[in-house]
Formats: sequence, C-alpha cells, structure tokens
Amino acid sequence: MNQALDVHRLHFAFTVTFHYIFPQLTMGLALLLVYLKTKALRTGDEHYNRAARFWARIFGINFVLGVVTGIPMEFQFGTNWAAFSKAAGGVIGQTLAMEGVFSFFLESSFLGLFLFGEKRLGRMGHWWAAFLVFVGSWLSGFLIVATDAWMQFPTAYRIGANGEIELASFWGLLLNKWALWQYAHNMLGATQTGCFVMAAVGAFYLLTKRDEVYGRTFVRAGVLVGVVAALLQLFPTGDMQGKLVAEHQPPTLAAMEGLFHTQQGAPLAILGQPDVEKRKLDNPLEVPNMLSFLTYKRWGANVRGLDDFPQDQWPDRIPLLYYSYHVMVGLGTIFIAVMVLAALLYWRKKLYESRWILWLLMLCVPLPFIANTAGWMTAELGRQPWLIYGLMRTAHGASPMVGAGNVWFTLIGFLGMYSVLAILWLFLLWREIEIGPEPSGGKLMAMR
Amino acid sequence: MGTIWFCLIAIMITVYVLLDGFDLGAGAIHLFVAKTDEERRQVLASIGPVWDGNEVWLLAAGGTLYFAFPVLYASSFSGFYLPLMIVLWLLILRGISIEFRNHIKSAVWDPLWDFLFCASSLLLAVFFGAALGNVVRGVPLDASGYFFEPLWTDFRLSERTGILDWYTILVGVLALSVLMMHGGLWVRLKTTGAVGERACRLASRTWWMVTALTALVTVLTFRVQPQIMKNLRTWPWGFVFPFLAVAGLAGVRWFMARRDEKKTFLSSALYLTGMLTSVVFGVYPMVLPARNPLHSMTVMSAKAADYGLKIGLAWWVVGMILAAGYFTYVYRSFAGKVAVEKNSHGYGD
Repeated sequence: MNQALDVHRLHFAFTVTFHYIFPQLTMGLALLLVYLKTKALRTGDEHYNRAARFWARIFGINFVLGVVTGIPMEFQFGTNWAAFSKAAGGVIGQTLAMEGVFSFFLESSFLGLFLFGEKRLGRMGHWWAAFLVFVGSWLSGFLIVATDAWMQFPTAYRIGANGEIELASFWGLLLNKWALWQYAHNMLGATQTGCFVMAAVGAFYLLTKRDEVYGRTFVRAGVLVGVVAALLQLFPTGDMQGKLVAEHQPPTLAAMEGLFHTQQGAPLAILGQPDVEKRKLDNPLEVPNMLSFLTYKRWGANVRGLDDFPQDQWPDRIPLLYYSYHVMVGLGTIFIAVMVLAALLYWRKKLYESRWILWLLMLCVPLPFIANTAGWMTAELGRQPWLIYGLMRTAHGASPMVGAGNVWFTLIGFLGMYSVLAILWLFLLWREIEIGPEPSGGKLMAMR
Repeated sequence: MGTIWFCLIAIMITVYVLLDGFDLGAGAIHLFVAKTDEERRQVLASIGPVWDGNEVWLLAAGGTLYFAFPVLYASSFSGFYLPLMIVLWLLILRGISIEFRNHIKSAVWDPLWDFLFCASSLLLAVFFGAALGNVVRGVPLDASGYFFEPLWTDFRLSERTGILDWYTILVGVLALSVLMMHGGLWVRLKTTGAVGERACRLASRTWWMVTALTALVTVLTFRVQPQIMKNLRTWPWGFVFPFLAVAGLAGVRWFMARRDEKKTFLSSALYLTGMLTSVVFGVYPMVLPARNPLHSMTVMSAKAADYGLKIGLAWWVVGMILAAGYFTYVYRSFAGKVAVEKNSHGYGD
C-alpha cells in the first residue's frame, strides 16, 4: 500500500505540474488580449487588432494543451484518490462541478467565437468574446484555487454520521479567506507569466530588428502590466499568504524557512541547505531577526521551529519544500528588479534602445513558469502530511484497490504522451513567433 | 433529492452523447468519407468551433457526478482505472489532432493527424459503449464499496469479469455504429459536395447495422440485467423511452428517404436519447449495479448530504440556463454549411 501511495503522489504531481504550464499562460494572455482589444477599440488603430490576432493564435495552441491536460486532473480525483473523493466529494465536488458548469462552458463557447468569428461578430462583439474568454478562464482559476484552499484550510464543513465530510455553508466555502488571498497571489503569478512571454517575444523582435512596431507594443504591454503584477505579488498577496501559513500551518512555515529550532528574533535564511537528520541548516546565509519581523512585525518575536512540533506533523519532504519556497521567492525578487528597471527605462523613453534590458527580458521567459511551479510545490508540499489539513492524512486518501503496478503503467504512459505534447507546444509556438504578426509575414501564412 | 440529481446527471450525460457523439462520429468516419485535403478540412470545419464545447459536457457531467454522488464517483473511477486512463489518452490525442492539423501543410503532417483523429475517435466510441455496457451488466463491487476491473479476464460474464467481455464488446460495437451514423448525418448536414454524399451513403448503410445490433443487444440486455424488466413492470410508462428509440430509428430512415437532412439528424438524436434514457430508467434506483446484487450501489447510498445538493440545485439551474444560451448562440453563429476555401481554415478570418 505504501509503495502505491508514493506512485499515486508522483502521478498527480507530474500531471498537475505539466498541466499548469498551460493555464498560467492562458490566464495571463487572456488578460493581455483584453488589453490589446480594448486598445484597438479605443484608438481605432488596426495595429492592435493585428497584434491581438497574433496572440490569439498562440493563445489557441496553448489553450488546447491546457484543455487536454486538464481533463486528466478532474478524473484523477476519482481514479487515484478515491478514498479522499468519497470523504470530501460533497464539499470540493461543489467547486469542481461549478468550474465545469460556469467557466468551461463560457470559455469554450466564446473561444470558438473569438478565434473563428471576428468578421461575424464585428468590433464590439469580438471585444466581448475576448472579455468572456478572460472571465471564463479567471473564474476557472478561482474555483480550482477555492478547492485547494479548502484542502489547505478546511472550513464551512461538518462531519456526517458515517464520517463523511459534509458542506455546511456554501458561501463559507467560496469566500474562504485562504481562497481569496491564494487566488490573488496565484493570478498575479499567471499574469506575470503572460507578461514575461509577451515582453520576451517583443524583445526578440526588437533585438532581431523585425516587426519592430509590434515588438514595441509587446514589450510595453508586458512591462507595464508586469511591473504592477510583480509588485503586488510580493505585497500584499505574498505577505498575506505567509501570515496565513504562519497562523494556520506553523510546522509548514518552519520547514519552508528551514527553521529547526524555536527562536526569538529568528533569522531569515536566504541560502543554505537543510540537513533534516542533524536538524540544522548548512552553509547558512541569513538576515538576522528578519523572519520574526516579516511574520510578526516585531524584530524580537518568537518564531516556532520544527522542534516545537511532533515529528508526525512535519511535512514529509522538507528539503524539497524548502527549495521550492526559496526558488519562488528568489525568482519573484528577480522579477521585481527586472520589471521595475524596464518600467523606469520606459518612463525615461530609453526602453526600446537599451539592448541589455531587452536581452534580459527575452532570457527571463522560462523563469515565471518555474516560479509558478515552485509556488504550487510550496503550497502542496507544505500541506503534507495532510491531504485535508488537520482532517485527512495523505496516506489515507489514495484509491484502496488500485495497485502500484497499474499506477506506474499510467504514469509512464503520461510521461511519454506529455513529452510529445511538450515538443509540439514549443515547436508550434516557435513557428508562430517565426511567422510573426504581420498578415503577409512568411509564405506559410497562406495556410491560415 | 438524490433522484432529482440522478435525473439531472442523466440529462447531462445524454446531452454529452448527443453533442460530442456527432463530432466523435465525424472523426470515426473521417478517413472513409473525406478523401482529399479539401474534403478533410470540410469535416474538420464542421466540428471545429464546437467540439471543445461539446466535450465540456463530459467534464461538467463528471464534476456534477462528483459533487452529487461522491461515493459513486470514487468507486467507479477507481474501479474503471485503466479504461478511463486510456480514454484520457485518446481524448488528448484527438484534441490535438483536430487543433494542430491545419497549422502546417506537409505530406508528413496532416495525414498523421487525420489518422490519429480518426483512430482515436473510433476507439473512444467503442470504449464509451463498453463503459455503458459495464454499468448495465454490473461490476464486481464488494462489501467495501470498491472494485477494480482489469481490462479483460476470460471474456465471459463471470463474477470476476473484466471491462471487456462479449457483452460489453457488443455494446461497444453498437455504440461505434450508432455514432458513425450520427456523425455521418452531421457531416451530411454541414457539408456540400462529395464528402456529404459519401457521409450520407455511409450513414444509410450503418443504419441497418444499428437496427440489427439494437435488436440483438436489447434482447441480451434483458437477460443480463433483470432490473430493467422489473422497472418496466412496476412503472409501465417507462415504455416511452424504448419507444422514443424506435421512433428515432424509424425517423432516420423516413427522413433520409425524403432528403430532409436536419430532421434525419434530429431523429438520430432522438434515437440516442431513447436508448440512454431506457438504460437510466432500467437500472434505477441503482447507480452502479454489482455482479452480486447485494452490493449494488443505489441513489440513496451514493448521494452527498442534502444541504449541498439543495444549494447545488440553485446554481446548477442558473448555470444550465447560461450554458443553453451560449450553445444556442454559438450554433446559430456557425449555422449553415461550412465553406472551405482552398488554403483556409474553414470559418477563417
């Protein structure tokens, strides 16, 4: 059973990590597409419509991959985590079913219209199609985050006669404070992915001296939206997330920060390798008293370390959790630096000529994907050893009758399938970038 | 409350089969009715803007099943682990085949996706049929409320049966022929020229197979699942469901002879509705019959708590009205025959 449990976890971790590459870009670009379509509508400049059409093609490729890798996620709650679903389906089934009923119908209906119906819909109609695709994808994001938030911070439930978890308050589930902060933090992350991708493509055009009109539009949109998102990512949303973890998942906070011993005036570890066996941080590079200040706004505040909690309450993958968290925070800091610099150069009207910042923007493109992944790993590894925090342990959630051999079989199948998808995604995206936004750009355009 | 949700989910699944059924069917006949690149793009254009929305009905029905009958969702999804994973892989292949085919024009690109689109659609039709067959036949549930079915054992209807046995394979073949007919009629309705005519001829031929298999499977099903006969005796009004199926089947022939494409397609939809509602009516109050009737899962034993179900009813109705609105709008926007210019994407801009 234990052996199967690890494979079930790996199965979900792999499929969800791969899946989330696509929705974060979908959600980020959906917002930026609304921005471009709004510009087109307000200025009446056809340039913005052409720019939107270019990004709609990239959006379309990315969207399909999000859809086909998303379906397995809903299925896996039942296939691999049957005991969990049986116990908690009455609660989180609400948000998952609502996602299908409210966001997927909206998104899929209007995406077809957005991609194929520009002529039929007219200017205003097409703006609405873009806007509703945006609403659908962001609503979907909310309902999924609300599901996860309930697992992080279960609320609005009661225990039924047979031990099953029942919903006690619908609005309590949807307006869970954890869900609201996590959603804000998550969507800013998705927005940053969209912004970095758009800015990187723009920087690529400017650096290679092609389609430079578009290059400037893309860099400007990416930087101006991106700088706001990068700052809000840290404060207040990241800060609030940290406080919620400190308040409701104290062993998780200690593990994330690599704090093994309870301390007054606890330092913030910037670098260092947690040694769980010896309960210490190797080669620490620390800012004294900073953790106490960030968590409790007092330099000398007492922060509980891992030794304050029984070991069966500790997250079971402490080094991975510690690194995920540090990668997320580190990259988030880099994003702020890059975006603020770029925004300053834009303000001084030097952005498009400063080749070094364009290089930087272009090379940053994989980083927001990594940061978003690391963020989710922090949330999910941090929740361990619980599947529903304080209510159900991960060890008790897997499907009792699905053995390790069958799970390996499907995990290997997904590994193969997703490798092909990843190659296709990169290949088709690169091709669209190569063809470019100009309607006459490249002879392959005739195909479209 | 449980029975209401049982009916609502049955409606959602029926809508899924009617809608995704025609695009699955169009895929299953893709290579057989569309020979040239232009014809193949006609078939793809006929489902291009709607297939994704159609597939959402599967997700929405799945999600609704999860929330209304969590015990059933847990048991059936883990029990059908392998076939569901195969279905997922087929759905992935099919989705990207439809969307990626027209990105590049090359002798090694589009034939590959055409083949994958057709093969995955074919296999999905068989698997969905076999899944339905499994639910009707009953699964090896035990007292724990769980089961795990291998893909096949000895192909007989024993206690330790697999997903595939002679009965479920037969239902799978029936499903494939039904969806080929349904898809053929859709392609006929949406396209012009040689491809439409071939689709019509294929649907016409498949009709005979559908009729023969429907008769055979119906007789066998009464033997495999005695509950159906019991329900029909208790509630004789239930005969209306099989009657719908028969009427639909007759309608397909009748309107086909009169060359009324729209009504032929709608008759096929009526037949599908009749077949699915007959099954649902037949197994009630079970939601998942067991091979050993003692362990069968019923509406009452599988449903979630009443508070959640009541709340759900409120948002579900709102959501469905909205969805019906979107679908009407989308299908209206893309009404009429598809026009594929040479070197375009169909509805292109």
